Order: sequence, then structure tokens, then C-alpha cells
Amino acid sequence: MAAFGSLALLIALALAAYNLFAGAVALRLLATGQPAPIQPERLADTARRAGIAGFVAVTAAAFALIWSVFANDFSITYIMEHSNRALPAAYKFSALWSGQEGSLLLWAWLLATYGFVLRLTHKNDVKLYAYAGTIMAGIQVFFLAVLNFAAPPFALYQGVIPGDGNGLNPLLQYPEMVIHPPMLYLGYVGFSVPFAFALGALMMRYPGEKWIKITRVWTMVTWLFLTMGIFLGMHWAYAVLGWGGYWGWDPVENASVMPWLTGTAFLHSVMMQEKKGMMKSWNVWLIFSTFLLTLLGTLLTRAGLVSSVHAFAQSSIGSWFVTFMVIVLAVCIFTYVLQRSHLKGEHHVESLVSRESSFLFNNLVLLMACFVILWGTLFPILSEYVQGNKVTVGAPWYNRVAVPIGIFLLFLTGVGPLLPWRATSFRSIRRNFVLPVIVFWAAVIACFAVGVAPWKDGAFDTGNFYALVAISTAAAVLTAILSEFVRGAGVISRQSGRNLLVGTWLLVRRNTRRYGGYIVHIGVVVIVVGLAGSAFNRNVESEMALHDKISVGPYTLECVGFTQDSNLNYNSEYALLDVYKNGKKSFQMTPEKRVYLASEQPQTMVAIHSVPAWDLYVVYEGTNPDTGQPIIKAFLNPLVGWIWFGVALIVFGTLVALVPSLKPAQKGAHQ
Amino acid sequence: MRSARAHLGFWIKGAQALALAVAVCFSLGATDAGSRFTNLNHRLMCTCGCAEILGECNHVGCQSSGQELAELRGGIDAGKSDQEILASFAAKYGATVLAAPTAHGFDLVAWIAPFAVFAAALLGTILLIRRWGNLSGNNKEAATRTSDPATDALREKIRRETGDDGGI
Repeated sequence: MAAFGSLALLIALALAAYNLFAGAVALRLLATGQPAPIQPERLADTARRAGIAGFVAVTAAAFALIWSVFANDFSITYIMEHSNRALPAAYKFSALWSGQEGSLLLWAWLLATYGFVLRLTHKNDVKLYAYAGTIMAGIQVFFLAVLNFAAPPFALYQGVIPGDGNGLNPLLQYPEMVIHPPMLYLGYVGFSVPFAFALGALMMRYPGEKWIKITRVWTMVTWLFLTMGIFLGMHWAYAVLGWGGYWGWDPVENASVMPWLTGTAFLHSVMMQEKKGMMKSWNVWLIFSTFLLTLLGTLLTRAGLVSSVHAFAQSSIGSWFVTFMVIVLAVCIFTYVLQRSHLKGEHHVESLVSRESSFLFNNLVLLMACFVILWGTLFPILSEYVQGNKVTVGAPWYNRVAVPIGIFLLFLTGVGPLLPWRATSFRSIRRNFVLPVIVFWAAVIACFAVGVAPWKDGAFDTGNFYALVAISTAAAVLTAILSEFVRGAGVISRQSGRNLLVGTWLLVRRNTRRYGGYIVHIGVVVIVVGLAGSAFNRNVESEMALHDKISVGPYTLECVGFTQDSNLNYNSEYALLDVYKNGKKSFQMTPEKRVYLASEQPQTMVAIHSVPAWDLYVVYEGTNPDTGQPIIKAFLNPLVGWIWFGVALIVFGTLVALVPSLKPAQKGAHQ
Repeated sequence: MRSARAHLGFWIKGAQALALAVAVCFSLGATDAGSRFTNLNHRLMCTCGCAEILGECNHVGCQSSGQELAELRGGIDAGKSDQEILASFAAKYGATVLAAPTAHGFDLVAWIAPFAVFAAALLGTILLIRRWGNLSGNNKEAATRTSDPATDALREKIRRETGDDGGI
């Protein structure tokens, strides 16, 4: 199977190279009108077909690797290093992305899959799709070259083949790890598509804004995958790493957020281009930057430039990525300089207080957030270069610098949609904003009433202050968004004589993009409230003998037993904890510690009891070597469930926005 | 026009007052030993290589966090100031033990750059909007445009009833 996989990768590289070369020649011939021995259209079609065949070849290679994992073929180094016989079947799939070579193969396969769909739908606009397909072939050539020459997944093990493998990294042996990396990669790789369309449209001086309409769905779907990937990663960190949090500002976490931020900025600013013909250059550079940031993310993960908890994925292919990024940047700059006259927009903003301005400020804040995260991520390298020693840029720095930007962004989330296009009057501002402002101050008072004040023990507390501002702003923003729904639904309700609920449904169906977007904004607000809850986390840690008790918040945990278990993959120790609330036994929790046999690495498995108000989060930390007693750490983490609920709202809102709106005729039929 | 300026002045003063209140709040610090301990252990890193904040490192078998926490507790009990404790950790374990750059020397750049870039970008955006709107020239009134409320209301009504405004 190793030979089959290697051959498939080699064929895929040849096909991608042909796709790139033939596609480029055909498009050049079409652009110049030069006579040629073969019709350029036919040549372009052979390139397209090569792209489709390339998908088959990369799929065959991915299949070969998966087959080898399931067949326990430890003659392949990658399989030996990332799997073992006792590994459960679901995690055998995870082996595909648990290491360098496999995850690059996953990237190439997803790119081939996106390319396959793109090439099948080429009749939407044959020429534009030919450009996009050729650019994607160029990207594919890079990844396949790395897979064939720098990080071959089918390299054979040198020496005596061991009877069993080293096993999968214990951190990855968790259900979400079966879907988190593919989601993230679907997001990362997906941005290749709008990038290819943007670059292609610029190269061919594509008339009008149709390319944006074509790429909108691609961009939104990609953005959705990236969003889900990021939050699945957060949930995994929360449930597996056992430190009670979900976001550690790790460089690799940061790397995933940066393209998300620029992608989000693009999704907003592209509306300015569609509606007003503005910001054409800006949008092109946003999508270029987003793609480059996806590569930077991969570079940070792989090259070990900065220390990270994702260090297991490090290798020496950083130079390949740096070279590729330089080439991509050079192509982008060259194309832009050559074709910039095509991007002249109709810039016209009537007022500082308008929807147009709010989009500009929204982009400013999103890009600032991206810059802050990039700056914080790369500053240790800069510091080492300038002053000879590395420094740590951790959570305290981000909390001081990034959180205020996040709150400002939240503020814009509420204000932007309330502002009409072109200009607005103070009267209109007063009408739209009076209720949210009242709600803001009511929320401040309510927060004070329940003890959320910006000071603790007589001293100012930054976390509490941010929580107070975030929760109050979130309440105001939520009011602003909901009032938009109510006002719109009220108009339809009056027109159609239906009730408000049906009015809301019709309102959303008439403009799915707008109201889907609002639902996404509500999701963001809910997430912010959840994040603000972290300011009030509490924890208690104690050695626990049988029938010892510890209390955290309204819960009392009593140790009623310890037990051990084992299977072919790992040995485990559990604590059995009865949880009492208000004196009544409510439920039992079983935090666990595992030691994986193949890798001999320990791993905590956190027990979590989640209710809307908080999570009870219990960690079995191990045993005290002196006393032999187990150590239990219990956290009470307020509002964490809101984060996951907010993500569900974002997913729902994005799906709504992807549904086509009702056409006017359909509206009439409905009424 | 005068009314618009009065409104603008009111908002600017309000923003200044808010900024002052925030600055005053930020200038205060934690006082009692318990909150100092928590505060400080969240400003230090565990040195075992786990890349986690000292106060949050709980990975199984960590050899470093216990010792560091004991040293931190000892420093507080000995009556050292926050700066002295942080400096002693940096001297012993290196600068990477501090969870954030200091406010001295080149490290200060880490703190200043984001705000400087933000200020520049904000100014640039405002200037861009003014330029695009030709607000600084002979069309100055549009800067604080007070469009006719009746037109405004009509536009709003049309927008809602048609639902035809593209995206968000």
C-alpha cells in the first residue's frame, strides 16, 4: 500500500503541474488571441480534467494512508509513529492529521476536493473558473511537492519493523479531535477558493462584481467551517487539557483566529463593494491576506518558530512554507500593480454616522484585532532578534490589549445595523438608540446588584471591569438587534394581518442574508456573555480520602470511592464523587486519569456537569506521592455553556444567510 | 448646526469622563495577600515547558509549578513588593517566566505598538471618510449631516417594507 500511495501522490503532482501549466498557457492564449496549434478552450478543458483526475489521485493516496492505519502497517514510519494496534477505530482516522505528513495530505485532499467541486461547476462562468482552477492548481503543486519531496507520508521504516506502533498522542484521543482538525482545515483550505477567484478576477480584469456573488457562498461556508473548527478546538482544550479554561492565547490558537478575523472583515466589507462599488482594492487585499494568514498559521504550527502546546506537529518544512508565502505575496503584488486601474471604486461617504462608515470602522477594528494577535504572537521572535532574549506574551498581555478591542467590536455589532446607508439624523439616532442605552444602564445596575462590580476586596479588578462592560454592552446590543426584528416583523404583521411570529418568519425569508447575519450577531453577543463569565471562575483543590468533602459554589463533592480500569489502549484511575446541591444528592461525577500503554503518557479526562448558569468542572490531578491520596480540583465556571450555545446560533445564522431569499413573486404568493 | 455641535460636545465630554474613570480604576491595584497571590501567579509562567500560566498549570506530574508557587508565597510572606517578586523570578528563571512583557526598554514596544497603530488607523479611517465625503472642503455641513427627518423616516420605511438592502 505504501508503493500505491506514493505512486498516487506522484501522479497527483504530475496532474496538478499539467493543470497549472496547460491552464496558464490556455489562458494566456485566450488573453492575447495568439494563434496556436490547439484551441485554447480545448487546452483549458484538458487542464480542468487534469484537475478532476488529480482529485482522484489524491483521494487514492489518502485512502492508502487510512487503509495502512487500519491494516496496522508499521512498515510505514508515519503509521508506526502515530498509531498502534489497540487504537479505537475512530481514532485511527485521527492518525491522518495527528502528524506532519498526514495533515499535509489532508490539506492536499481537501484542496483537491474543493477544486473538484469548482471544476464540476465551471459552467457558471467558464473563463473565471478556468482562472480560479489554474490558481488552485498552483497551490496544489506546492502541497504535493512538499508531500512528495519533503514530508512523504509513505516513507518506509528503517530497521526491524516493530510489532506495534507508538500510538496516537493522548491529547488527540478525544471524540472532538476526530472532527476539530478537519473542520479547521476545511476552513483554512477553503479560503484558497475565494483567493483563487479574487486573483483570477483581477488577472482577467473581470467586469462587474459577479465574481463576488460567485465566491460569497464559498467564503461563507469556509468561514463557517473555520468558526466551527476554532470553537471545537476551544471545547477540546476545555474538556481535555484540564486547566479549567478554553483559550490560552497559544500561538497556534492565535494562528487560527487571524484568518478568521480578516475573513470576517471581508464578509462585511464585500457588501460595500456589492452595494456601493466601494473598497475594491481593500477587498482584494483582505482575501489575499486571509489566504496568506492561513499559510502563516500552518507555518507557525509546523516550523516551531514560537513555543506552543501544539509542538507535537513541529518539523523542518518551515522553509518550504516561507518560500511559498513569498511567491504568493509576489504574485499578488505583481498582479495588483499591473491591474490596479481595474479596481478604481466609486468612493463616496456622506456622513461619519452612516452604515458605510460603520463598515469601515468594523473593518478597522477587525484588522486591529488581527494585528494585535499577530503582534503578540510574533513579538517573542522580534524581541529575541532585537535584545537577544525571548519574552513571553501571554494571557495578561492579551487581556489588556485585545479585550478592549473585542468590546469595541461588540459595540459596533450593535450600532452598525441600526445606521442607515448614506446618512442619518440625530432624531433617527435617538429613536434607534434610546432603548439600547437604557438597557445598557439597566444592565450595569443589575450587574452591580448581583455583585458584578469592577472591584473586589476593595481593589480594582480588571477581569470584573471587563465583565461588567461586556455584559452591559451585550445586553444593549442584543436589544438593538432584537428591536430590528420586532420593528420589521411589526411592519409585515400589519401589512399581512398575520401575527408577529409569522411576521418574523416572513421577514427572515425575505432577506435571509440580512437577518441571518443578525442571528450570527446574536450568537456573537451570547458568546461574549459566556466569555465574560470567566472573570468569576472559582476553584478549590484538595487531597481527598474516602468520604472527604470539598465545596465550590452551591455544590458539595463527597468522595465515595476510587477505582481502576484498564483496556488494551490505556489504564485508568477514577474518583467517584457524589455531588450535593442544597444538601440533596444531585448526581455523580467520575473524573479520570489515564495512562496510555503504547506511549506511556498520562492524560486527564475532566468530568463536566453543565447547566446554563455554570459548569461544575472536576479534574482528577493524580495522587500525592507522599500520602497516596488522590488530588481533586473542582472549578465552578460561570456561563461557559453560553459560549457553545452562541456558536450554535452562529452556525444557524450562517445557514439562514446561505438560503436564497424569497423572490418578490414568491413574497406575493406567500401573502 | 449649533445643536449638532452641542450634541457632539456633550458626547466628547462624556467620553472624556468615561476615559478618566477607566484610567483611575486601572491605576489601582490588588491589596490583600490572597488576591496578590492569585494576581501574581497569573502574571508568571510555569517553567516546565507546558507553556501555561503558573496559576493554571495542573498537568500531571509537573515538577516546576509547586516549587514556583512556594517561592511566590515566600516572597509575599517576606513582604516583597510585586515588582521585587517578579524581578527575582525573572533573574532566576529568565525573562520568559513573566507572562507578559515588562514596561521597560524594548519590551515597552509590545505595549505601545498596538495602541499607536490603532490610533493611526483610526485617524486614517476618519480622514479617509472625510476625503471620500469631501467633508473637509466646501461640503462641510455633511460632516454632521442632519438629513431631513421626513426623508429619513421615508427611507427607513421603504427599507423595512421592501427588505431590500442587501446584507446586514
